Amino acid sequence: SFSDDVSLLVVLIDTNPFFWSTSSSSLNFHQFVSHVLVFLDLIVRLSQLNQIVVIATGHNTCDYIYDSSLDTDQVTGEGELPALYSFVLQRLEEFVNKDEKLGAKQEGLSEKRASSLLSGSLSMALCYIQRVFRSGPLHPQPRILCLQGSPDGSEQYVSIMNAIFSAQRSMVPIDCCYVGSHNSAFLQQASYITGGVYVKPQHLEGLYQYLATVFAVDLHSRSFLQLPRPAGVDFRASCFCHKTTIDMGYVCSVCLSIFCKHHDKCSTCGSVFGKAQLDAASDRKRKASES
Amino acid sequence: MSSGQVTKRVKYKTSVKDAGTPGRLSLVKERLVFRPNNPNSASKLDMQFKYITNHRYTKEGSNKAPMLNLTSNQGASYIFEFESYEDLHTCRDFVGCANLMKFGHKGVAELLHRQQKLQILELIRKFIQNNPAEMICSSVQGCCKTIDFVLHSELQKLHQQFVGGGVLTEAEFWATRKKLLEKDSNRKAKQRGGLKSSVLAESKPFIDGRTNRVTFNLTPEIVREIFSEKPAVHRAYLNFVPSKMADKDFWTKYCRAEYLQRSKNIAAAIAEAAEDEELAIFLKPDDILANETRRKIRRVDPTLDMETDQGDDYSHLPDHGIFRDGSKEVPESGNELYQRTLLQDLNRHAAVVLQGTPIDEDQLKDTQTVAEALERSKQERSTASKDDDSSADQERLKGISQAMTIDDLRGSNDHHLAPLWIKDPRDYFDSRQASSVKTSIEATKGTMSSHESYGLLRESISQIKSMGLNHPVVASEVAQKVLSVLTHNISSTKYNLGKKPGESLLDSLPTSVRDELLHHHISIEELMKHFWSSYPITNKYLNTKVTKLKDEMSKMDSQLQKLKEAVQPDIRHQITLLIRPMQQVDDYFFPKLPSSIIRSPLFYRTPFLFVWCRRSRQQCSTTTPSSRRELQKLEKSRMDILERRNLLTLYVGWNRNFVETS
Repeated sequence: SFSDDVSLLVVLIDTNPFFWSTSSSSLNFHQFVSHVLVFLDLIVRLSQLNQIVVIATGHNTCDYIYDSSLDTDQVTGEGELPALYSFVLQRLEEFVNKDEKLGAKQEGLSEKRASSLLSGSLSMALCYIQRVFRSGPLHPQPRILCLQGSPDGSEQYVSIMNAIFSAQRSMVPIDCCYVGSHNSAFLQQASYITGGVYVKPQHLEGLYQYLATVFAVDLHSRSFLQLPRPAGVDFRASCFCHKTTIDMGYVCSVCLSIFCKHHDKCSTCGSVFGKAQLDAASDRKRKASES
Repeated sequence: MSSGQVTKRVKYKTSVKDAGTPGRLSLVKERLVFRPNNPNSASKLDMQFKYITNHRYTKEGSNKAPMLNLTSNQGASYIFEFESYEDLHTCRDFVGCANLMKFGHKGVAELLHRQQKLQILELIRKFIQNNPAEMICSSVQGCCKTIDFVLHSELQKLHQQFVGGGVLTEAEFWATRKKLLEKDSNRKAKQRGGLKSSVLAESKPFIDGRTNRVTFNLTPEIVREIFSEKPAVHRAYLNFVPSKMADKDFWTKYCRAEYLQRSKNIAAAIAEAAEDEELAIFLKPDDILANETRRKIRRVDPTLDMETDQGDDYSHLPDHGIFRDGSKEVPESGNELYQRTLLQDLNRHAAVVLQGTPIDEDQLKDTQTVAEALERSKQERSTASKDDDSSADQERLKGISQAMTIDDLRGSNDHHLAPLWIKDPRDYFDSRQASSVKTSIEATKGTMSSHESYGLLRESISQIKSMGLNHPVVASEVAQKVLSVLTHNISSTKYNLGKKPGESLLDSLPTSVRDELLHHHISIEELMKHFWSSYPITNKYLNTKVTKLKDEMSKMDSQLQKLKEAVQPDIRHQITLLIRPMQQVDDYFFPKLPSSIIRSPLFYRTPFLFVWCRRSRQQCSTTTPSSRRELQKLEKSRMDILERRNLLTLYVGWNRNFVETS
């Protein structure tokens, strides 16, 4: 990194319509986007060398919205809004249309799932960061900021955990500002494992203030600040058979897959389990759950 | 006992059966003086207390006369017979106090050293052993003026708090301390030294060339070695001495036999053996040893390949030979009865050294003691090894049968290898194939269709495009609120903890608070120790004890509460965290214990009972009504035990917390 306080910020914006249509009145999509846009502008203005990348997390797809380092994304301003804002809004609109079109193809699904494709956008972010790493020695310190509101999709548990571990390996912190109603276990774990910050704002109408205070600072300056830390992390996993979040279950000793009920055979690796002991309650291996 | 002097009429005896010289015994601060009534009698006594190591006395209930037996550090014992038991008690207390005072005079500063503190506690322990519990309190308090300093710190405070408050009796309080002391006193290593590897018995006798005298030097160590290596000699010693011949004669004969063997004069050996049957024992090969060896040979695994040929016999080869005294030993073919080769001696010695010695160094006083000690240990060992023999035989038979199976004729022993099969990973990453859809509770509350939801998003975006952003984006009051929320606890101490190495929470608290906290911790620990130790509650005494402890615990809880309130606000939070386990013990633990469970014999130590319950459950496999009831009872007790286990873990965790932070 050529300068200590330069950051490459990859922002993952949650554009899941099913969440935003049911979100509380204190923060609707309109306000959310406003706050985020101002925040993006702030980052860009903090340093000439700062870079931001915006990735939208939709219901059926994810895509890059904005990359400040690309020449094609530098547009001149037209109208009242600054160039950055109008560009991002334009791209967002296109993305929402694409997402809807993709969703229309899967109309056969009886029930809608309210979760967004967080695993997809995380992977895209990590891929981008990897490309930056390989571009040469002079690059700013990358970090990922997840602006998420949708609840966790437990079917994405494995892929999200893989992404988290890969981020941990590359030493990329994953911060999260969660605007949904209940805490997200996955994102708490992500921040905990990668050394990022997880914030669930109490006053959503001041979302921009939260973003500016906590997430605008580059990684180097973080060592001088005392950023808010959550009281505890929800370490629960989801089981492999039903994808439900569990805190007590069975673990296959060969491949470490987690099940909520006793099975005769592990569905991942096929190893045969012994028959259940008489005292099933005491023989269940507990997964550590801290709260 | 602050009185300076005690004088009683006694009879001084040298042994219990002695009639005794009547006289007066005066006990002053540091000395005891005995003056016989008859001034011409020789049995005057005047000695200082510091020479008295131990004192014993007769118990009141027995039919014996009241007597006090003082043992000096030189091993002499002085017995005084009193006129009444009260006199005895007074004098005994005085002596006991004097013993304790012994250390008091050494100076308080020296007592700070832990060693001496233990010595004092050791004395107290001895004192307790010799005195009934009720006397301890007054006597100890009396002596405590100088020892006060040592006991002051924790022990005395605890003592005052609990024994003074009537929660624990003296005996119970000191009972736990006794265990501590015993552990310390037993720390003297009970390790026995091993045997020397050099063959002591081979030490050459002193042969005087001028006179025909051969002098053998036998120390108890050599004797021990001889007895260990030659059990026949040991047996002969036990049989002959002191009944048939004196100690010296036995050893003279033995040394003669040794000399004869060493001189390699076989003919002379045979001749002398024919004459003297005792000598013959020393010259013959050891039959006990032979039996043992035969038994050992029988136990060797028969499948062991012990094939030898002529090449392994190196003792008969011309240039091989073992030099013992510088001369080559050529064992003759005949008369092997009276010969011992160096090989035999060395092997036997090595076996004995490896086995170790079963007797202590201090038992090597004289030959008689050594012999008896070895005999005793041998008897113990033989009873222990009898079972081993039978089991060893069984194992041997099993080993034989296993070894006799022929590999080729055995059935094929293929281990079924499970083929490696890993499921297609796409099944996971493809979220569309998830089986059930119990993803989240707040899944789809909205009644909007997907088209409508997307429409909402589009609308928001176009709204922003047309209207622009709010000015300001965030209202100033809101921003201020957010800022204060984010920064309000930065100044709190919890962020400063753990930043400096070596600093702990307790050190950062003011001293008075810290001392109080530590004292509470120790007291609660003490109470819990007594609480757990009184389970299972089988009688009324334990029941009352437990109730008293519970009351004391609730008192402690209120004290902790007061402490919390008295403390300054900024450290109050830390204190709350620290004492939370203590309070939990009281709030959660005691009320939750149903009294019925406490009294039932099932409420035992948790791990044992848990195992027992499991086993009983497995046994109760039938479904008769009685067993069903049993099962229900067990189930209920199991749940209580699980609860109790949780509480125990709480207790342990809290303990750990304090150990780490203090």
